[in-house]
Amino acid sequence: MENVALHHYLILSAILFVIGLVGIFLNRKSIIIILMCIELILLSVNINFVAFSSFLNDLSGQIFTFFILTVAAAEVSIGLAILTIFYRNRHSGDVEDSNLMKG
Amino acid sequence: MIADLLFYMFASVLCIGALGVVLSRNPMYSVLFLVLSFFNAAGLFILIGAEFLGLLLMMVYVGAIAVMFLFVLMTVDMTTEDDDGKKSPFFITLVLITGGVLLGEIILAIMGGVASNTRLAEFVPVASETQNIVALGQVLFTNYIYPFISVSMVLLVGMVGAIVLTHRKREGVMKQDISEQISRTRDESIEIVTPALGKGIS
Repeated sequence: MENVALHHYLILSAILFVIGLVGIFLNRKSIIIILMCIELILLSVNINFVAFSSFLNDLSGQIFTFFILTVAAAEVSIGLAILTIFYRNRHSGDVEDSNLMKG
Repeated sequence: MIADLLFYMFASVLCIGALGVVLSRNPMYSVLFLVLSFFNAAGLFILIGAEFLGLLLMMVYVGAIAVMFLFVLMTVDMTTEDDDGKKSPFFITLVLITGGVLLGEIILAIMGGVASNTRLAEFVPVASETQNIVALGQVLFTNYIYPFISVSMVLLVGMVGAIVLTHRKREGVMKQDISEQISRTRDESIEIVTPALGKGIS
């Protein structure tokens, strides 16, 4: 077993990113799982930032992780609010029911 | 050695949790798998030396975001009549091929170009003798003060947006209207009557 280096963390974050992306494709119907997959993608970006920050001895990466955390929190609160009113109007959490604009 | 072992443990459980989020049928299980993967990511952060961010990940992601997901799942009935047979095997293989190709590309890029030393942000060296949270605070409140303030505006917009989106006028709710209360005058609130003897006021 070789020592854990930077590329281990980068490959882990790539795997997490791809899992989140594939999850969006696979669960196209349910909004809430799509939101969770977006969280996974943001988490993979965070892992990337922290790994670079630690291995390059640069604190900027951790600051950016901090900012991504706040943006993720705001994004989830807005997304879940939209989901709640969507459910209130349509009584479903299905992406395909959002067809008012005939798209 | 023990750190390597911990890395592989956290990383494998993180991937298993992420797969659980994506693959489980019940959205409730997805949220719980999400919590599992957040805890493992926090472990990774602490392992790599970002203790404050690891603890923040636990507090913000597990304590706020995952709990918010749980609340919404419990109030909203999300059990969609999602039948498995609807996804054709052709679609699933297409998705898997796309994901695999993307993963391969990213890994190739990582193995090829990790060593380049271009920096886009300004370099802030880690002061090794201070604690992680102290160093982070010293950088955050000096070099990055304007992004910090604007990010607080992002949070404010998120909060106001969530409240405005979910707010609705409901019928039949008694509500106090202070301006109406204090703008009452003597004329409209007091009526002087002289009742006739033995009749009372109707």
